[in-house]
Amino acid sequence: MCTTCGCGHGETRIEGDALHSHDHDHEHEHVHADGTRHVHSHSHDGGDSHDHAHAHDHSHGHAYRPAHSHAPGMAKGRMVQIEQDILAKNDAYARQNREQFARRGIFALNLVSSPGSGKTTLLCKTIEALAGRKPVAVIEGDQQTSQDAERIRATGAPAIQINTGKGCHLDAHMVGHAFGQLPLQDDSLLMIENVGNLVCPASFDLGEAHKVVILSVTEGEDKPIKYPDMFAAAKLMLLNKCDLLPYLSFDVDAAIAFARRVNPNIEVIRTSATSGAGMDDWLAWIEKGAAAARK
Amino acid sequence: MHEMSIAEGVLQLIEDAAEREGFRQVKTIWVEIGRLSGVEAEALAFCFDAVTRGSIAEGAAFEIVPVPGLGRCHECGKESELEAVYDACRHCGAVPVEVIGGTEMRVKELEVD
Repeated sequence: MCTTCGCGHGETRIEGDALHSHDHDHEHEHVHADGTRHVHSHSHDGGDSHDHAHAHDHSHGHAYRPAHSHAPGMAKGRMVQIEQDILAKNDAYARQNREQFARRGIFALNLVSSPGSGKTTLLCKTIEALAGRKPVAVIEGDQQTSQDAERIRATGAPAIQINTGKGCHLDAHMVGHAFGQLPLQDDSLLMIENVGNLVCPASFDLGEAHKVVILSVTEGEDKPIKYPDMFAAAKLMLLNKCDLLPYLSFDVDAAIAFARRVNPNIEVIRTSATSGAGMDDWLAWIEKGAAAARK
Repeated sequence: MHEMSIAEGVLQLIEDAAEREGFRQVKTIWVEIGRLSGVEAEALAFCFDAVTRGSIAEGAAFEIVPVPGLGRCHECGKESELEAVYDACRHCGAVPVEVIGGTEMRVKELEVD
């Protein structure tokens, strides 16, 4: 269990250490939707040895209802109104992150895509291109290994690796912890490379200024309508690996049309991390956002 | 499979409510899940079962209240039910329509002891 905020975060690791083993000074408190704040210490680690005796009968017709129906004659319990968003906790952490970024003039981007879209290569090239112009730091999210953080560190930029274990996305709480360990100058660019997954990261606000979705032209052009939530949540789509277009039957206009069908306001830049095409437009987009975020 | 994190979020809300309201057992939970929320209701019910073992919500009935997707057309101003965020207006066929409902994920109510 985490000593700073009482979280029990399962398999999540930052730079190889479980979330709770760090005695770092990143402040965290639990803020509830009703505004109350406290540090609490429950954990969810009691499940493994627990003898789970009650039977589940999933054979009846109600797809959404596990069959724990009340025994006949069982007294009706007290009703408690909750009316709270399930993601309220994540959103409260995201708000704290966002406030912290704003205080320090940090422009934070949440990079999302399928695995293999070329995110890390694009990120390395972006850092190299920004060298001497803009300080950059990176939070890397992957289920396992620190290979991506090592690739980033090889460019000279500070990077922190979050391993989500079985988790399929970063959440605002993990990012807050990682941010607290990252040596980051004020007025920097913070790139958060999410777990390669076009579904789950769409639902979790990390406190970023924008989500940037990367679609590589080696994927299908209909991905924006197959995975609409992610494209609806993104501010910018980078159409990456464009140097490969001559060898593919990928229809660029169709891909952009699909993306705009889901999100009419999405901006699009065609890039190739390999050839450098489109990198100037991408860097200009970053610098414009960073200038607006500056203290 | 972010339904697992969502289910953990539901359990946290329940445990916070238990601290506030002083109940020891949850019998039924009603959760509103919007059509456009990006959450698969059946997977969520399955995950809820798994994450609540050994908790005050173990064995609780998990009742999902589905909320349809709702959009308002920029062209004709009318509202349509949406199956997906990119659906066209059912009245005039225009795209896109502005999503005005169906993205919620809320714990509504608990029956407790």
